[in-house]
Amino acid sequence: MSGKEKAWWGVAGVAIVLYALFPIAWIVSLSFKAPSALNNGNFLPGSPTTENYSLILTGGASDLFLPALRNSFGICLIATAISCLLAMFAAYAIARLDFPGKKFILGTALAVAIFPVISIVTPLFNLWRNIGLYDTWPGLIIPYLSLTLPISIWTMSAFFREIPWEMEQAAQVDGATTWQAFRKVIVPLAAPGVFTTAIIAFFIAWNDFVYGISLTSTEAARPVPAALGLFSGASQFEDPTGAIAAAAVIVTIPVVVLVLLFQRRIVAGLTNGAVKG
Amino acid sequence: MSTTTLPPSEKTQPVSAPDAKTSDRAKSERKLGWLLAGPALVVMLMVTAYPIAQAVYDSLFDFRLTDPDNRSFTGLSNYGVILSDWLWWRSLLVTGFITLVTVAVELVLGFALAMVMAKALSTIRPVLRAAILIPYAVITVVSAFAWQFAFDIQTGFVNSWFGWVPGISAETDWFGDTWTSLLVICLAEIWKTTPFISLLLLAGLAQVPEVLQEAAKVDGASWWQRMRKVTLPNMKAAIMVALLFRTLDAFRVFDSIFIMTGGANATESVSFLAYRQTISRLEIGLGSAVSVLLFLAVVFIAMSFIKGFKVDLSQTRGDA
Repeated sequence: MSGKEKAWWGVAGVAIVLYALFPIAWIVSLSFKAPSALNNGNFLPGSPTTENYSLILTGGASDLFLPALRNSFGICLIATAISCLLAMFAAYAIARLDFPGKKFILGTALAVAIFPVISIVTPLFNLWRNIGLYDTWPGLIIPYLSLTLPISIWTMSAFFREIPWEMEQAAQVDGATTWQAFRKVIVPLAAPGVFTTAIIAFFIAWNDFVYGISLTSTEAARPVPAALGLFSGASQFEDPTGAIAAAAVIVTIPVVVLVLLFQRRIVAGLTNGAVKG
Repeated sequence: MSTTTLPPSEKTQPVSAPDAKTSDRAKSERKLGWLLAGPALVVMLMVTAYPIAQAVYDSLFDFRLTDPDNRSFTGLSNYGVILSDWLWWRSLLVTGFITLVTVAVELVLGFALAMVMAKALSTIRPVLRAAILIPYAVITVVSAFAWQFAFDIQTGFVNSWFGWVPGISAETDWFGDTWTSLLVICLAEIWKTTPFISLLLLAGLAQVPEVLQEAAKVDGASWWQRMRKVTLPNMKAAIMVALLFRTLDAFRVFDSIFIMTGGANATESVSFLAYRQTISRLEIGLGSAVSVLLFLAVVFIAMSFIKGFKVDLSQTRGDA
């Protein structure tokens, strides 16, 4: 590659970074603006203030935001755990065993993945009200499985297929019991795939808005995205822009940290499941 | 225990080989397979097939949640009401417009990003990968707020930054008109989901055999010729998967519209219409019918992709 060409790709790379981070930088900047500076049309806050953060973390809006944060963490973690556990068994069977119906299971996962969420919400809304699951944690965890389970099955079976299963037999030949061989050889090999899948599933659950806004009505179960969507500031008469920006930054931090720590694995998981399989 | 966890569909599985020929080992493997994969399948069917069946059933009734005693069977009349209402057709048009614009732009942009990432020096590649993953990981609601606040007449910087562009001034109200609102909604969607497409395309690029590229180069093929004759045909599977998934995803657009316009100025999508009928107006019957129609539209899109482009998903998604 010539020097000129290199420079060109370098510029393109910088453009990508700007493209990806610009809206994030904007919302961060907005979150540090004082109410008086919100409408000045500038990108940067000028004189930064943490007022917005104290409003949502300790101030008047904290009883709206903090329960939502707790709900989001709890519900998403439980939904991720359940779907990873179920997907792990299914993916092991798909990658390892020969049984009729494998294609049917993968096909069902695909069909569920393309399902329009709002089509499920309408009947669930009515059903959940009747059986008392409306505005509860299980009332969101169950529908979240429709989001997380299909992608978990696809991604994990892609990972599991790449595990050299013969190593397990080799260990057995060397005198290990079946359980020992599985635990000492297969589990360490499978762990990265399971972990990656968990991160992707968590992202997807964390991103949900439709279920969150339709199947909850109070702080009992409302997750952060829905709380943000309905946020009206500390009082009805205040412009909530700064508070929303601060809350948006807080919910973005965990996902950005996960991305920075595990980017290589996340890319592998996303593309493995979709393209290579 | 084992029999109760087996899904009902197991019984409908055609028995391919006569039992006598199936060895005990194969039999136990088959049983174990269903035992392990069954629960996931049951859960998936329970959380989707059952609600959609319920929606089909509910859609046949005139049923308001605020007035449950007046529930009456009305057959297909809900569908008649919806299909003869311009609101449905308008939301379908809006949804179609958003889908078409975002998917087309994302495909081109995503491909460009994938090319840059493929060519980037190995030292900056991790940086690019991390940067591009951030829009994917940021929740749609946050992305929608960021774009809304940027274009907002009060808080935004767009009007003051782009004041030199004809037609944009400090008074430009982006959310005061259908087309400008849709433009901002599309921009937010494009920003958020292009990374997904470009990652899939990058994986596709990696599968194009380097030997073929070199051979074409030696034969004197130009960059454009190599792209058209070597790169793109070899990436067909990846492109199709990316296109199909993004189209279906874009067709369900809801979050951005809810945040940015709340459906005002004729920016309501089909998902939004279904939401409004059920959750806001508590018209379970009508809402269910919209949900069923949306479901059918998604199935139709998926089928036409698979038939029209001859996408063999079992192959592209590596179902060996």
